[in-house]
Amino acid sequence: MSNLRTPLYQWHVDHKARMVPFGGWDMPVQYAGITAEHKAVRSGAGLFDISHMARISIGGPDALAFLEGLFTNSVASMKNDQVRYGLLCNESGGILDDILVYRWPYGFSVVVNASNRLKILAWFEKHRVGKNIEIVDQTDHTAMIAIQGPKSVELVAGLFDDDVSKLKYYYAMPTLYCRQQCVVSRTGYTGEDGFEVIVSNEYALSVWDEFIKRGAVPCGLGARDTLRLEAAMPLYGHELNEEINPIQAGLGWAVKLDKGDFIGRAALAAADATKPVRVGLEIEGKRAAREGSALLDADNQPAGTITSGSFCPWLDKSIAMAYIRPELASVGTPLDVDVRGSTLNATVVPLPFYKRTK
Amino acid sequence: MNNPPELRYSPTHEWAKLDGDIVTVGITAFAVEQLTEPTFLELPAVGKALTAGKAFGIIESVKSTSDLNSPVNGTVIERNETLLEDKAKRRSADLSLVNDDPFGKGWMVKIKLAPGATLDHLLTAAQYDAQLASEGH
Repeated sequence: MSNLRTPLYQWHVDHKARMVPFGGWDMPVQYAGITAEHKAVRSGAGLFDISHMARISIGGPDALAFLEGLFTNSVASMKNDQVRYGLLCNESGGILDDILVYRWPYGFSVVVNASNRLKILAWFEKHRVGKNIEIVDQTDHTAMIAIQGPKSVELVAGLFDDDVSKLKYYYAMPTLYCRQQCVVSRTGYTGEDGFEVIVSNEYALSVWDEFIKRGAVPCGLGARDTLRLEAAMPLYGHELNEEINPIQAGLGWAVKLDKGDFIGRAALAAADATKPVRVGLEIEGKRAAREGSALLDADNQPAGTITSGSFCPWLDKSIAMAYIRPELASVGTPLDVDVRGSTLNATVVPLPFYKRTK
Repeated sequence: MNNPPELRYSPTHEWAKLDGDIVTVGITAFAVEQLTEPTFLELPAVGKALTAGKAFGIIESVKSTSDLNSPVNGTVIERNETLLEDKAKRRSADLSLVNDDPFGKGWMVKIKLAPGATLDHLLTAAQYDAQLASEGH
Protein backbone atom coordinates (compact mmCIF):
# COMPACT_ATOMS: atom_id res chain seq x y z
CA MET A 1 0.00 0.00 0.00
CA SER A 2 1.44 3.34 -0.96
CA ASN A 3 1.65 6.21 1.49
CA LEU A 4 -0.84 9.06 1.61
CA ARG A 5 0.21 12.49 0.37
CA THR A 6 -0.82 15.87 1.73
CA PRO A 7 -1.97 18.66 -0.64
CA LEU A 8 1.49 20.18 -0.11
CA TYR A 9 3.42 17.08 -1.22
CA GLN A 10 4.47 18.53 -4.57
CA TRP A 11 5.61 21.77 -2.93
CA HIS A 12 7.83 19.78 -0.57
CA VAL A 13 9.36 17.78 -3.42
CA ASP A 14 9.85 20.91 -5.54
CA HIS A 15 11.65 22.57 -2.64
CA LYS A 16 14.12 19.73 -2.17
CA ALA A 17 12.63 18.37 1.03
CA ARG A 18 13.85 14.96 2.04
CA MET A 19 10.68 12.87 2.19
CA VAL A 20 10.19 10.02 4.64
CA PRO A 21 7.32 7.68 5.45
CA PHE A 22 5.63 8.69 8.72
CA GLY A 23 2.39 7.30 10.12
CA GLY A 24 1.25 6.14 6.67
CA TRP A 25 2.13 9.43 4.95
CA ASP A 26 5.03 10.71 2.86
CA MET A 27 6.21 13.71 4.88
CA PRO A 28 9.15 16.14 4.70
CA VAL A 29 11.76 15.44 7.37
CA GLN A 30 13.83 18.49 6.45
CA TYR A 31 14.48 21.13 3.80
CA ALA A 32 17.63 23.21 4.46
CA GLY A 33 18.63 21.36 7.61
CA ILE A 34 17.23 20.48 11.02
CA THR A 35 19.43 22.90 12.97
CA ALA A 36 18.56 25.93 10.83
CA GLU A 37 14.85 25.04 10.89
CA HIS A 38 14.88 24.48 14.66
CA LYS A 39 16.54 27.86 15.24
CA ALA A 40 14.08 29.59 12.88
CA VAL A 41 11.20 28.47 15.11
CA ARG A 42 12.93 29.61 18.32
CA SER A 43 13.91 33.02 16.94
CA GLY A 44 11.49 33.79 14.09
CA ALA A 45 8.73 31.71 12.54
CA GLY A 46 8.68 28.18 11.15
CA LEU A 47 6.02 26.60 8.96
CA PHE A 48 5.00 22.95 9.24
CA ASP A 49 2.76 20.77 7.10
CA ILE A 50 0.94 18.72 9.74
CA SER A 51 -1.84 17.51 7.47
CA HIS A 52 -1.00 13.93 8.43
CA MET A 53 -2.58 14.51 11.85
CA ALA A 54 -6.10 13.07 11.77
CA ARG A 55 -9.03 15.48 12.15
CA ILE A 56 -12.33 13.97 13.20
CA SER A 57 -15.57 15.82 13.93
CA ILE A 58 -18.07 14.52 16.46
CA GLY A 59 -21.57 15.97 16.57
CA GLY A 60 -25.06 15.08 17.71
CA PRO A 61 -26.99 15.21 20.99
CA ASP A 62 -24.80 12.59 22.71
CA ALA A 63 -21.42 13.93 21.57
CA LEU A 64 -20.52 15.44 24.95
CA ALA A 65 -21.41 12.28 26.89
CA PHE A 66 -19.59 10.14 24.32
CA LEU A 67 -16.32 12.11 24.59
CA GLU A 68 -16.60 12.49 28.36
CA GLY A 69 -16.72 8.68 28.60
CA LEU A 70 -13.44 8.27 26.68
CA PHE A 71 -11.30 11.39 27.29
CA THR A 72 -9.22 11.52 30.51
CA ASN A 73 -9.53 15.30 30.79
CA SER A 74 -12.79 17.13 31.43
CA VAL A 75 -14.94 17.95 28.41
CA ALA A 76 -17.99 19.38 30.20
CA SER A 77 -15.93 22.16 31.81
CA MET A 78 -14.61 23.36 28.43
CA LYS A 79 -15.87 26.65 27.09
CA ASN A 80 -16.97 27.07 23.50
CA ASP A 81 -13.92 27.50 21.20
CA GLN A 82 -11.62 26.04 23.82
CA VAL A 83 -9.03 23.38 22.98
CA ARG A 84 -7.94 20.80 25.55
CA TYR A 85 -5.17 18.18 25.66
CA GLY A 86 -5.80 14.76 27.14
CA LEU A 87 -5.56 11.04 26.62
CA LEU A 88 -7.67 8.18 25.40
CA CYS A 89 -6.96 5.13 27.56
CA ASN A 90 -7.88 1.46 27.47
CA GLU A 91 -9.56 -0.30 30.43
CA SER A 92 -6.15 -0.90 32.08
CA GLY A 93 -5.26 2.79 31.86
CA GLY A 94 -2.76 2.26 29.00
CA ILE A 95 -2.59 5.18 26.57
CA LEU A 96 -4.31 4.61 23.20
CA ASP A 97 -3.47 8.10 22.00
CA ASP A 98 -2.88 11.66 23.13
CA ILE A 99 -5.33 14.02 21.46
CA LEU A 100 -6.68 17.56 21.30
CA VAL A 101 -10.41 18.15 21.75
CA TYR A 102 -11.94 21.35 20.29
CA ARG A 103 -15.33 22.39 21.66
CA TRP A 104 -17.65 24.27 19.30
CA PRO A 105 -21.13 25.66 19.92
CA TYR A 106 -22.44 22.91 17.59
CA GLY A 107 -20.20 19.96 18.50
CA PHE A 108 -16.60 18.83 18.81
CA SER A 109 -13.49 18.15 16.75
CA VAL A 110 -10.58 16.01 17.81
CA VAL A 111 -7.05 15.87 16.42
CA VAL A 112 -5.34 12.50 16.82
CA ASN A 113 -1.94 11.16 15.80
CA ALA A 114 -1.56 9.98 12.18
CA SER A 115 -0.28 6.58 13.26
CA ASN A 116 -3.34 6.05 15.48
CA ARG A 117 -6.01 7.29 13.08
CA LEU A 118 -7.54 3.92 12.20
CA LYS A 119 -7.23 2.57 15.74
CA ILE A 120 -9.02 5.58 17.22
CA LEU A 121 -11.74 5.58 14.54
CA ALA A 122 -12.35 1.90 15.38
CA TRP A 123 -12.35 2.75 19.12
CA PHE A 124 -14.93 5.46 18.50
CA GLU A 125 -17.09 3.08 16.41
CA LYS A 126 -17.00 0.51 19.20
CA HIS A 127 -18.10 3.00 21.87
CA ARG A 128 -20.71 4.92 19.89
CA VAL A 129 -23.16 2.03 19.99
CA GLY A 130 -26.54 3.23 21.28
CA LYS A 131 -25.47 6.88 21.16
CA ASN A 132 -26.98 9.54 18.95
CA ILE A 133 -23.81 10.97 17.43
CA GLU A 134 -22.24 11.55 14.07
CA ILE A 135 -18.53 10.92 13.54
CA VAL A 136 -16.86 12.24 10.37
CA ASP A 137 -13.21 11.79 9.47
CA GLN A 138 -12.26 15.15 7.90
CA THR A 139 -8.60 14.29 7.33
CA ASP A 140 -8.66 13.56 3.59
CA HIS A 141 -10.30 16.77 2.44
CA THR A 142 -8.57 19.19 4.79
CA ALA A 143 -4.99 20.25 5.40
CA MET A 144 -3.38 21.40 8.64
CA ILE A 145 -0.57 23.93 8.74
CA ALA A 146 1.30 25.11 11.83
CA ILE A 147 3.04 28.48 12.06
CA GLN A 148 5.27 28.50 15.14
CA GLY A 149 7.68 30.93 16.72
CA PRO A 150 7.84 34.39 18.29
CA LYS A 151 7.14 36.06 14.93
CA SER A 152 4.03 34.01 14.13
CA VAL A 153 1.68 36.69 15.54
CA GLU A 154 3.19 39.15 13.06
CA LEU A 155 2.80 36.67 10.21
CA VAL A 156 -0.90 35.93 10.73
CA ALA A 157 -1.83 39.64 10.73
CA GLY A 158 -4.52 40.40 8.18
CA LEU A 159 -4.52 36.90 6.73
CA PHE A 160 -7.95 35.90 8.04
CA ASP A 161 -11.29 37.72 8.32
CA ASP A 162 -10.96 37.71 12.11
CA ASP A 163 -8.05 38.91 14.19
CA VAL A 164 -6.65 35.53 15.24
CA SER A 165 -3.85 37.19 17.24
CA LYS A 166 -6.51 37.86 19.89
CA LEU A 167 -6.92 34.11 20.47
CA LYS A 168 -5.89 32.99 23.94
CA TYR A 169 -3.55 30.03 24.32
CA TYR A 170 -5.46 26.79 23.61
CA TYR A 171 -8.44 28.53 22.05
CA ALA A 172 -9.63 28.25 18.45
CA MET A 173 -11.97 30.12 16.11
CA PRO A 174 -13.71 29.38 12.86
CA THR A 175 -12.86 32.16 10.43
CA LEU A 176 -12.44 32.82 6.70
CA TYR A 177 -9.38 32.70 4.46
CA CYS A 178 -10.15 34.12 0.99
CA ARG A 179 -13.85 33.61 1.76
CA GLN A 180 -13.18 29.95 2.56
CA GLN A 181 -14.05 28.51 5.92
CA CYS A 182 -11.10 27.52 8.05
CA VAL A 183 -10.22 27.00 11.71
CA VAL A 184 -7.33 28.74 13.44
CA SER A 185 -6.16 27.70 16.91
CA ARG A 186 -3.46 29.03 19.23
CA THR A 187 -1.80 25.66 19.69
CA GLY A 188 1.39 23.89 18.73
CA TYR A 189 3.98 21.25 19.39
CA THR A 190 7.20 23.25 19.56
CA GLY A 191 7.25 25.05 22.89
CA GLU A 192 6.75 28.40 21.11
CA ASP A 193 3.79 30.67 20.61
CA GLY A 194 2.00 29.94 17.37
CA PHE A 195 -1.09 28.93 15.45
CA GLU A 196 -2.46 25.89 13.70
CA VAL A 197 -4.69 26.34 10.66
CA ILE A 198 -7.16 23.77 9.31
CA VAL A 199 -8.23 24.61 5.76
CA SER A 200 -9.76 22.76 2.82
CA ASN A 201 -7.29 20.97 0.52
CA GLU A 202 -7.94 23.44 -2.30
CA TYR A 203 -6.64 26.37 -0.27
CA ALA A 204 -3.74 24.66 1.52
CA LEU A 205 -1.08 25.74 -0.98
CA SER A 206 -2.35 29.32 -0.98
CA VAL A 207 -2.13 29.59 2.83
CA TRP A 208 1.30 27.92 2.79
CA ASP A 209 2.66 30.23 0.07
CA GLU A 210 1.33 33.28 1.87
CA PHE A 211 3.25 32.36 5.04
CA ILE A 212 6.40 31.67 3.01
CA LYS A 213 6.02 35.06 1.30
CA ARG A 214 5.81 36.66 4.72
CA GLY A 215 9.11 35.09 5.73
CA ALA A 216 8.21 31.83 7.47
CA VAL A 217 10.87 29.13 7.18
CA PRO A 218 9.56 25.73 6.01
CA CYS A 219 10.35 23.09 8.65
CA GLY A 220 10.18 19.31 8.52
CA LEU A 221 9.41 16.57 10.99
CA GLY A 222 13.07 16.49 12.04
CA ALA A 223 12.92 19.98 13.57
CA ARG A 224 9.42 19.26 14.90
CA ASP A 225 10.95 16.34 16.81
CA THR A 226 13.91 18.24 18.30
CA LEU A 227 11.63 21.18 19.18
CA ARG A 228 9.08 19.00 20.98
CA LEU A 229 11.90 17.14 22.73
CA GLU A 230 13.33 20.41 24.13
CA ALA A 231 9.81 21.35 25.23
CA ALA A 232 9.49 17.85 26.79
CA MET A 233 6.29 17.08 24.92
CA PRO A 234 5.71 13.33 24.70
CA LEU A 235 5.45 11.64 21.29
CA TYR A 236 3.17 8.66 20.79
CA GLY A 237 5.15 5.50 20.06
CA HIS A 238 8.10 6.85 22.06
CA GLU A 239 7.03 8.25 25.44
CA LEU A 240 3.44 6.98 25.12
CA ASN A 241 2.00 3.57 24.28
CA GLU A 242 -0.65 1.13 25.48
CA GLU A 243 1.64 -0.27 28.20
CA ILE A 244 2.20 3.17 29.74
CA ASN A 245 -0.40 5.06 31.80
CA PRO A 246 -0.71 8.87 31.97
CA ILE A 247 0.46 9.02 35.59
CA GLN A 248 3.80 7.40 34.71
CA ALA A 249 4.09 9.71 31.74
CA GLY A 250 3.83 12.79 33.97
CA LEU A 251 0.44 13.63 32.44
CA GLY A 252 -1.59 13.27 35.63
CA TRP A 253 -2.65 16.92 35.17
CA ALA A 254 -4.66 15.79 32.12
CA VAL A 255 -6.51 13.07 34.05
CA LYS A 256 -9.59 14.19 35.99
CA LEU A 257 -10.55 11.28 38.21
CA ASP A 258 -13.33 13.30 39.84
CA LYS A 259 -15.17 14.23 36.63
CA GLY A 260 -17.23 11.02 36.46
CA ASP A 261 -16.54 7.67 34.86
CA PHE A 262 -14.45 7.22 31.72
CA ILE A 263 -12.63 4.24 30.24
CA GLY A 264 -9.48 3.59 32.24
CA ARG A 265 -10.59 5.62 35.26
CA ALA A 266 -10.78 2.68 37.71
CA ALA A 267 -7.33 1.45 36.68
CA LEU A 268 -5.83 4.95 36.95
CA ALA A 269 -7.44 5.58 40.35
CA ALA A 270 -5.79 2.37 41.58
CA ALA A 271 -2.44 2.97 39.80
CA ASP A 272 0.48 2.18 42.06
CA ALA A 273 3.63 4.26 42.17
CA THR A 274 6.07 1.46 41.43
CA LYS A 275 6.04 1.71 37.62
CA PRO A 276 8.82 3.50 35.74
CA VAL A 277 8.28 7.24 35.29
CA ARG A 278 9.18 9.70 32.55
CA VAL A 279 12.16 11.93 33.32
CA GLY A 280 14.49 14.30 31.52
CA LEU A 281 18.19 13.57 31.21
CA GLU A 282 21.13 15.69 30.29
CA ILE A 283 23.96 13.71 28.74
CA GLU A 284 27.57 14.79 29.24
CA GLY A 285 29.33 15.67 25.98
CA LYS A 286 27.94 15.95 22.50
CA ARG A 287 26.94 12.36 21.82
CA ALA A 288 23.26 11.57 21.52
CA ALA A 289 21.64 8.85 23.61
CA ARG A 290 19.10 7.43 21.18
CA GLU A 291 15.81 5.67 21.79
CA GLY A 292 16.32 2.19 23.23
CA SER A 293 19.61 2.92 24.99
CA ALA A 294 19.78 1.22 28.40
CA LEU A 295 20.32 3.17 31.63
CA LEU A 296 22.22 1.89 34.66
CA ASP A 297 22.13 3.18 38.25
CA ALA A 298 25.14 3.83 40.50
CA ASP A 299 25.20 0.12 41.44
CA ASN A 300 25.27 -0.87 37.76
CA GLN A 301 21.70 -2.19 38.00
CA PRO A 302 19.19 -1.62 35.19
CA ALA A 303 17.55 1.77 35.75
CA GLY A 304 15.42 2.16 32.63
CA THR A 305 15.45 3.00 28.94
CA ILE A 306 15.75 6.12 26.77
CA THR A 307 12.59 6.85 24.75
CA SER A 308 13.78 9.93 22.78
CA GLY A 309 17.22 11.46 22.63
CA SER A 310 19.10 13.89 20.46
CA PHE A 311 21.74 16.51 20.38
CA CYS A 312 19.63 19.64 20.61
CA PRO A 313 20.66 22.59 18.44
CA TRP A 314 19.18 25.43 20.48
CA LEU A 315 20.34 24.29 23.92
CA ASP A 316 23.60 23.03 22.40
CA LYS A 317 23.30 19.97 24.63
CA SER A 318 22.62 16.29 24.36
CA ILE A 319 19.25 15.66 26.01
CA ALA A 320 16.89 12.73 26.34
CA MET A 321 13.65 11.56 27.85
CA ALA A 322 13.56 8.17 29.54
CA TYR A 323 11.46 5.93 31.72
CA ILE A 324 13.31 5.00 34.90
CA ARG A 325 12.57 3.39 38.28
CA PRO A 326 10.67 5.95 40.37
CA GLU A 327 13.19 5.93 43.23
CA LEU A 328 15.82 7.23 40.77
CA ALA A 329 13.63 10.00 39.37
CA SER A 330 14.71 12.89 41.60
CA VAL A 331 16.59 15.74 39.94
CA GLY A 332 20.34 15.33 40.18
CA THR A 333 20.43 11.51 40.19
CA PRO A 334 23.49 10.38 38.19
CA LEU A 335 22.98 7.52 35.73
CA ASP A 336 25.06 5.76 33.09
CA VAL A 337 23.82 5.38 29.51
CA ASP A 338 25.05 2.52 27.40
CA VAL A 339 25.50 3.90 23.89
CA ARG A 340 26.69 1.26 21.46
CA GLY A 341 29.03 -0.25 24.01
CA SER A 342 30.46 2.95 25.45
CA THR A 343 29.20 4.53 28.63
CA LEU A 344 28.07 8.16 28.88
CA ASN A 345 27.28 10.08 32.07
CA ALA A 346 23.72 11.31 32.43
CA THR A 347 21.95 13.34 35.10
CA VAL A 348 18.24 13.59 35.82
CA VAL A 349 17.16 17.20 35.14
CA PRO A 350 13.80 18.99 35.47
CA LEU A 351 11.40 19.01 32.51
CA PRO A 352 10.96 20.86 30.24
CA PHE A 353 14.49 21.40 28.97
CA TYR A 354 13.33 24.57 27.25
CA LYS A 355 10.65 27.06 28.29
CA ARG A 356 10.02 30.18 26.27
CA THR A 357 10.19 33.57 27.96
CA LYS A 358 6.82 35.25 27.67
CA MET B 1 27.65 14.08 -7.77
CA ASN B 2 31.08 15.67 -7.79
CA ASN B 3 33.13 12.73 -6.62
CA PRO B 4 36.78 13.54 -7.39
CA PRO B 5 38.11 11.05 -9.99
CA GLU B 6 41.52 10.72 -8.27
CA LEU B 7 39.98 9.21 -5.11
CA ARG B 8 38.76 5.67 -4.39
CA TYR B 9 35.53 4.92 -2.57
CA SER B 10 33.96 2.38 -0.25
CA PRO B 11 30.34 1.26 -0.67
CA THR B 12 29.70 2.76 2.80
CA HIS B 13 30.60 6.26 1.53
CA GLU B 14 34.16 6.75 2.76
CA TRP B 15 36.81 8.06 0.35
CA ALA B 16 40.51 7.15 0.29
CA LYS B 17 43.41 9.04 -1.27
CA LEU B 18 46.73 7.28 -1.78
CA ASP B 19 50.03 9.16 -1.45
CA GLY B 20 53.03 6.80 -1.31
CA ASP B 21 51.96 4.28 1.33
CA ILE B 22 49.83 6.80 3.24
CA VAL B 23 46.07 6.81 2.75
CA THR B 24 43.99 9.84 3.72
CA VAL B 25 40.38 8.96 4.61
CA GLY B 26 37.19 10.99 4.89
CA ILE B 27 33.50 10.71 4.06
CA THR B 28 31.91 11.68 0.76
CA ALA B 29 29.74 14.71 0.04
CA PHE B 30 26.86 12.29 -0.39
CA ALA B 31 27.42 10.88 3.11
CA VAL B 32 27.47 14.39 4.57
CA GLU B 33 24.27 15.26 2.72
CA GLN B 34 22.58 12.16 4.13
CA LEU B 35 23.80 12.84 7.67
CA THR B 36 23.21 16.59 7.53
CA GLU B 37 25.13 18.72 9.99
CA PRO B 38 27.49 16.45 11.90
CA THR B 39 27.33 17.09 15.66
CA PHE B 40 29.86 14.60 17.00
CA LEU B 41 32.85 12.67 15.71
CA GLU B 42 34.87 9.94 17.38
CA LEU B 43 38.19 8.92 15.79
CA PRO B 44 40.69 6.24 16.81
CA ALA B 45 43.96 7.07 18.55
CA VAL B 46 47.17 7.35 16.55
CA GLY B 47 48.79 3.90 16.41
CA LYS B 48 45.50 2.00 16.22
CA ALA B 49 45.45 -0.85 13.69
CA LEU B 50 42.46 -0.74 11.33
CA THR B 51 40.87 -3.44 9.21
CA ALA B 52 39.26 -2.78 5.84
CA GLY B 53 35.47 -2.78 6.14
CA LYS B 54 35.51 -2.58 9.96
CA ALA B 55 34.38 0.40 12.02
CA PHE B 56 37.08 2.84 13.09
CA GLY B 57 34.94 5.70 14.37
CA ILE B 58 31.51 7.19 14.85
CA ILE B 59 29.83 10.21 13.32
CA GLU B 60 26.58 11.63 14.65
CA SER B 61 24.12 14.19 13.41
CA VAL B 62 20.97 15.52 15.04
CA LYS B 63 19.02 12.57 13.68
CA SER B 64 21.40 9.65 13.39
CA THR B 65 24.50 7.81 14.57
CA SER B 66 26.66 6.06 11.96
CA ASP B 67 29.82 3.97 11.98
CA LEU B 68 32.83 5.09 9.97
CA ASN B 69 34.41 2.10 8.21
CA SER B 70 38.06 1.85 7.31
CA PRO B 71 38.55 1.49 3.56
CA VAL B 72 41.93 -0.23 4.02
CA ASN B 73 44.13 -2.33 6.33
CA GLY B 74 46.71 -0.23 8.12
CA THR B 75 47.65 1.89 11.11
CA VAL B 76 46.46 5.36 12.08
CA ILE B 77 49.38 7.80 11.88
CA GLU B 78 47.50 11.10 12.11
CA ARG B 79 44.03 12.43 12.95
CA ASN B 80 42.44 15.69 11.85
CA GLU B 81 42.55 17.23 15.31
CA THR B 82 40.55 20.33 14.32
CA LEU B 83 37.52 18.04 13.99
CA LEU B 84 37.92 16.92 17.59
CA GLU B 85 37.45 18.67 20.89
CA ASP B 86 40.62 19.48 22.77
CA LYS B 87 39.70 19.77 26.43
CA ALA B 88 43.22 20.74 27.52
CA LYS B 89 43.33 23.64 25.07
CA ARG B 90 39.62 24.38 25.59
CA ARG B 91 39.10 24.16 21.85
CA SER B 92 35.76 22.80 20.67
CA ALA B 93 35.37 20.48 17.72
CA ASP B 94 34.90 22.16 14.33
CA LEU B 95 32.78 19.76 12.32
CA SER B 96 31.81 22.47 9.83
CA LEU B 97 34.92 21.41 7.87
CA VAL B 98 33.33 18.01 7.24
CA ASN B 99 30.14 19.73 6.20
CA ASP B 100 31.74 22.37 3.97
CA ASP B 101 34.74 20.56 2.48
CA PRO B 102 34.28 16.79 2.90
CA PHE B 103 36.91 15.88 0.25
CA GLY B 104 39.47 18.40 1.50
CA LYS B 105 39.76 20.09 4.91
CA GLY B 106 37.19 17.64 6.28
CA TRP B 107 39.57 14.64 6.07
CA MET B 108 39.50 12.44 9.16
CA VAL B 109 42.50 10.12 9.47
CA LYS B 110 45.74 9.26 7.72
CA ILE B 111 46.53 5.56 7.60
CA LYS B 112 49.85 3.87 6.84
CA LEU B 113 48.98 0.91 4.64
CA ALA B 114 49.70 -2.52 6.10
CA PRO B 115 52.38 -4.49 4.20
CA GLY B 116 50.88 -5.75 0.96
CA ALA B 117 47.63 -3.78 1.41
CA THR B 118 46.24 -1.91 -1.60
CA LEU B 119 43.26 0.19 -2.62
CA ASP B 120 42.41 -2.15 -5.48
CA HIS B 121 39.22 -3.47 -3.83
CA LEU B 122 37.76 0.05 -3.56
CA LEU B 123 35.39 1.63 -6.06
CA THR B 124 36.54 4.13 -8.66
CA ALA B 125 34.69 7.44 -8.83
CA ALA B 126 32.73 6.14 -11.84
CA GLN B 127 31.75 2.96 -9.96
CA TYR B 128 30.76 4.96 -6.88
CA ASP B 129 28.67 7.33 -9.04
CA ALA B 130 26.98 4.25 -10.48
CA GLN B 131 26.26 2.91 -6.97
CA LEU B 132 24.64 6.20 -5.94
CA ALA B 133 22.62 6.23 -9.14
CA SER B 134 21.43 2.65 -8.61
CA GLU B 135 20.33 3.58 -5.08
CA GLY B 136 18.19 6.26 -6.66
CA HIS B 137 20.22 9.32 -5.63
